[in-house]
Amino acid sequence: MITIKSLNKSFNGKQVLTDISVAFEPGKTNLIIGRSGSGKTVLLKSIVGLHDIESGEIWYDDVLFNKLDFNAKKEIRKEIGMLFQGSALFDSLTVDQNVRFPLDMFTDKTEEEKKDRVNFCLQRVNIINANNLFPSELSGGMKKRVAIARAICLNPKYLFCDEPNSGLDPITAILIDELIKELTEEYNMTTIVNTHDMNSVMQIGEKIVFISEGLKCWEGNKDDILDSDCTTLNDFVFANALAKQLKASL
Amino acid sequence: MLKFLTQFGRYVLLLKKVFSRPEKPSVYYKQTMHELVYLGLNSIGIITVISFFMGAVITLQTAYNTENPIYPTYLIGLGCRDSIILEFSSTVAALILAGKVGSSIASEIGTMRVTEQIDALEIMGVNSASYLILPKIIATLLFNPVLTLLSICVGIFGGWIAGTMAGVITSEDFIYGIQYAFIPYYITYSLIKTLFFAFIITSVSAFQGYFVEGGSLEVGRASTKAVVFSSVLILLFNVILTQLLLS
Repeated sequence: MITIKSLNKSFNGKQVLTDISVAFEPGKTNLIIGRSGSGKTVLLKSIVGLHDIESGEIWYDDVLFNKLDFNAKKEIRKEIGMLFQGSALFDSLTVDQNVRFPLDMFTDKTEEEKKDRVNFCLQRVNIINANNLFPSELSGGMKKRVAIARAICLNPKYLFCDEPNSGLDPITAILIDELIKELTEEYNMTTIVNTHDMNSVMQIGEKIVFISEGLKCWEGNKDDILDSDCTTLNDFVFANALAKQLKASL
Repeated sequence: MLKFLTQFGRYVLLLKKVFSRPEKPSVYYKQTMHELVYLGLNSIGIITVISFFMGAVITLQTAYNTENPIYPTYLIGLGCRDSIILEFSSTVAALILAGKVGSSIASEIGTMRVTEQIDALEIMGVNSASYLILPKIIATLLFNPVLTLLSICVGIFGGWIAGTMAGVITSEDFIYGIQYAFIPYYITYSLIKTLFFAFIITSVSAFQGYFVEGGSLEVGRASTKAVVFSSVLILLFNVILTQLLLS
């Protein structure tokens, strides 16, 4: 469980997030949605500690994360897996070495155990016979899946995904979304996904938080979202002509 | 001035992070071996070529500037040896390595920053500064003195080849000259300078790359800044160290 209380964040005096309070539940796919530039990525990076916040509290279960020192944060981070927008695979390492990296760094497993774990994670995300390829040799969808394999290889309690299906075709995007949802349920992780893709929202959104101009405007699930009376949310959800027709027919 | 102090403060804080205890020494050892090959062995070619021609030019210039019957010709060998040991193999080689190794380090780390690879390391709980920079510093501190020694040998060899082939000095005189009044401390002096320069090249370039913000344009700028700042600092420390070590 991750709980955020009255989070505020600004850059050079410009307020980016204002008084955000929200709780993300384990075993569910929690979505943060909003327009580009609304503050989604800043919120996600603030939650994982890549940005320092001005005020507020970030709780990982019963640990107040934002008050921890560097070393204590490192311990929590070993329980975090993160999928970045651009995958962030290490260019100089092969697929196998990328997934193996956290195992080399933080476990005392034998070579055989590491090999089994890497192969298990890669098979789990449907990457077969690509162990020796470099990231530059992979397609966008494959990169995302390898990044997911790396994120889950230490069995994290918390999974963060920043725009997991950006730059992917709709079919591959749905496959990635489904994979994240399956893994969340399988490992009972607290998963937070940043997205502005409405297909993802309707596919996997068990809990949805809508951010607009740094403010939390709405909170609910995918069933509530179509009936909301929040104007900014409706403008976002029903942005295209097809969605507007759908809204009119509701 | 304030900007300079801010940057210097960030540099010191980065170094503090770099020299903190490694998460897993075996992984760092492997990484250091990789950097020894990438930053050290891969520089042998350029250092060899440059040192050879540097030695050749020094010998020929010394010969043409001492065309006087009062000076014994073996002084050409002596001049070549001392110029190479005292200045060229440490300082000029360091300036060349600042261009080759420095820009490579800044662009590698800068690209990792803008593509969120450094964020990925931090999220995993890895001290990214230490993991990325410490092996590079250790590798250059270990290998650059080897490069300097190689440069000295190749430079003197280049001088001998050029001098004898151009007919400005006999082989016997050149060999007598490079042995004449040899002060072993000069080698120590050269190696001490090399260690300082290696640290400057690696840490300054890594600093420039580590704090890049933006995209490929900023990575290019960081790479240029790395070379410029490293070169200026090398020249500055060359003066300071020469005064401290030879006075």
